[in-house]
Amino acid sequence: MADRLPIETALPVGAIDTRASGWWAMIFVVFTEAALFAYLLFSYYYIAVQPHAPHTFPEGGLPDLKLAVPNTIVLLLSSGAVAWAQFNIEKNDKRHLVWGLGIAAVLGMIFLVVQYFEWAAKPFALASSSYSSLYFVVTGFHMAHVVVGVILLWALFAWSAMGYFNRVRYAHIHIGALYWHFVDAVWIAVFFTFYVTPYLGLRT
Amino acid sequence: MTITDYERVPTVSTDENQALADKFKRLWETKPGLAGFLSTVDHKEIGIRYIITAFGFLIAGGVEAAVMRWQLAWPGEHVLTPEQYDQLFSTHGMTMIFLYAGPILSGFSNYLWPLLLGARDMALPRLNALSYWIYLCAGIFLYAAFAFGFGPNDGWFNYVPLAARPYNAGPNIDFYALGMILLGISTTVGAINFIVTFLRMRAPGMSINRVPILIWGTLTASAANIFAIPAVSLAFFLLWMDRNLGTHFFDVPTGGSALLWQHLFWMFGHPWVYAIVLPAMGMVSDGLPVFCRRPLVGYTVVALATVATMVLGFGVWVHHMFATGLPTISLSFFSAASIIITVPSAVAIFAWIATIWTGRPVFTTAFMFFTSFIVLFTIGGVSGVMTGSVPVDWQLTDTYFVVAHLHYVLIGINVFPVVGATYFWFPKFTGRLMDERLGRWNFWTMFIGFNLGFFPMHISGLLGMPRRVYTYADGMGWDWLNLITTIGSYVFAVGVLLFLINVWKSYRRGAVAGDNPWDAPTLEWATTSPPPPYNFVVIPTVASRHPLWEDRLQQHEGEGSHVDAGLVLDHDREAIGTSSLDATPDIILRMPHDSYAPVILALAVTAFFAGLAFHAWWLAALGALVVGIDIIGWLWPERKLGETAEPAIHG
Repeated sequence: MADRLPIETALPVGAIDTRASGWWAMIFVVFTEAALFAYLLFSYYYIAVQPHAPHTFPEGGLPDLKLAVPNTIVLLLSSGAVAWAQFNIEKNDKRHLVWGLGIAAVLGMIFLVVQYFEWAAKPFALASSSYSSLYFVVTGFHMAHVVVGVILLWALFAWSAMGYFNRVRYAHIHIGALYWHFVDAVWIAVFFTFYVTPYLGLRT
Repeated sequence: MTITDYERVPTVSTDENQALADKFKRLWETKPGLAGFLSTVDHKEIGIRYIITAFGFLIAGGVEAAVMRWQLAWPGEHVLTPEQYDQLFSTHGMTMIFLYAGPILSGFSNYLWPLLLGARDMALPRLNALSYWIYLCAGIFLYAAFAFGFGPNDGWFNYVPLAARPYNAGPNIDFYALGMILLGISTTVGAINFIVTFLRMRAPGMSINRVPILIWGTLTASAANIFAIPAVSLAFFLLWMDRNLGTHFFDVPTGGSALLWQHLFWMFGHPWVYAIVLPAMGMVSDGLPVFCRRPLVGYTVVALATVATMVLGFGVWVHHMFATGLPTISLSFFSAASIIITVPSAVAIFAWIATIWTGRPVFTTAFMFFTSFIVLFTIGGVSGVMTGSVPVDWQLTDTYFVVAHLHYVLIGINVFPVVGATYFWFPKFTGRLMDERLGRWNFWTMFIGFNLGFFPMHISGLLGMPRRVYTYADGMGWDWLNLITTIGSYVFAVGVLLFLINVWKSYRRGAVAGDNPWDAPTLEWATTSPPPPYNFVVIPTVASRHPLWEDRLQQHEGEGSHVDAGLVLDHDREAIGTSSLDATPDIILRMPHDSYAPVILALAVTAFFAGLAFHAWWLAALGALVVGIDIIGWLWPERKLGETAEPAIHG
């Protein structure tokens, strides 16, 4: 009997690397979230090209890059910190895994604080115009994702500090990192749309 | 979990092993009583709940339709006020399209997938339970609003500006919007679960060219949902913001766009149409050949046609918007795409016809439902091609012709296959066969009633009768057509009632079925009827598309499939993880035990949306907090699941 079955070697038991079901699930969470942001940005571009907007578009003129550009760099550094944490756990370096996750979470929180000031500095409110609605809702959606990501990073930080993971068993780190890299990558698309395209000519 | 449990060579056994079966029963069986009811993650239990709940909504939607048909039977009726009629037709559409047609297929697939794939459960069992609980909560949420007179009243596609606050001041649209976002969460997590199950849970040897077509149908629909659901959830969220927080997405004077709603809605809406028919077509592709006593003709092209339909289905949404004044170039493109999409549909139709033609048909009730589906699909498809042509659509849009078309499509390609599938798989679900004699009455009443009810709608539409009117004047030439439609719809309702009676009667006293009453070829028929909680004592090994027909077909590889001997996997709740294309085993997965986390999460999410609906921000905040705590607890790394470091190299 045994010779007819396809298994002769030992198989790992449980959830490891890309064979963990959760890892596959997160890939498709990322796909559906990416679609959500695609529809959000579609809405922006669709409304941007409407001929009848009564306000200037973007409202308040060209967007100020003073906070947005450094904040983008903060978020990218945070992704780098998570990548470093992943690199460390693959070498079984649990101490630097914890450090990497902690740094990433703190950078994520800095991003949120700076975004608060960015919002506060805008000369318009949510209900001012179609542009202001788009601006706050799209960046708000992204901030909500950052909040979720920061909570997950702190959870991973705690679990790592509790010694749950080693160089074989770290599927949670892998899965959380996938989400965080997505949240950072999608910010590039949001940033490009709201802060770069007006300079490229998408304005009235 | 001890250190030796982190890696091992799985043992093998035959399925004639009572000690093993007893052990699995202890491991996998859900606790009796309320505790088990709330915490179970068994895909069969969840599948049956989905099916029963969805049929419940089918009945609710049917009663709504019956009241509307009474109102429309004669000109100038006053059974309903215009406002009541608005809510009824909107709620009817919402119910049938969102609460019945999608979930019923999720129910069948939930029950059948692991059995078809030779697996012990879905890849993500707790997510599966969550998907059902949120569906139930969303259904209750939407119907609670309807019960208080706050059902949707702007049609199921809910166009702005009529759905905007200035023209629709009540809370109706707010409940609809939030309920739909809630339901979208259920559909999304369900879709993710199907995709991961397909990629990781197939029995050893079941490469992707050996899976049943139902798997292709549900997989394709799930992949589409992943990309389509966010559009409608976003549209409803933006509408809720416009109505409650004063944003300007859809109101034109402040720079928004009313057409943006239609784009977002139909970017979702059209793929959704395919998502609620492709799995049903898959049921026919698997069920019909069993009654033709031969394999499906053209397996590969049918599977490819399924995927191609969905891909093209993302590029046809503007055909719902031909009359909105879009540029000609856009109309031409989307009209061409809408007509091209008939090609893969025709491929499937010819494959089914060829299967009947070259087979030796056995005229069971299931066979009759499956074949009548081909007829109704063809009629619905032809009227679809007609409205896919821009000039014809301009003439027919918003008339009863479109109502006829969409009912031929949705009832013909969803309800008829689903009823056929119930006759086909009922013995597996319950261990008992459905009554064939009552089945004939059931079939002919439904078939005649349906055509009598819906075919005349084509004519009333061509005569210019607009849809969504609560009544019509005498002497328009629509009177007798509407009366026939009403009579037909009541005959159809009697047919559905006969079906329900048959289900009840057969469940109580049907003939005992045995494991494989139809002598069918796929793995679900290799286990007992109903299957044990663990599905299979040993994991089957698959060497062809028809593991149970290999002796007669001689199409298998090597020594053929094994269903009576295979991997054991008995250290806890365990399943085999296999590679995505070839299904080579690469891990022993630890499956979660029953859990309250899904039902708590569903209630917390529902509380969040209820908080938004009533502007009770404290309730929304509380809901969000419980959601967060629940998810952290759910994801907490567990040694039992093999998610944490081995003790030996720990620390």
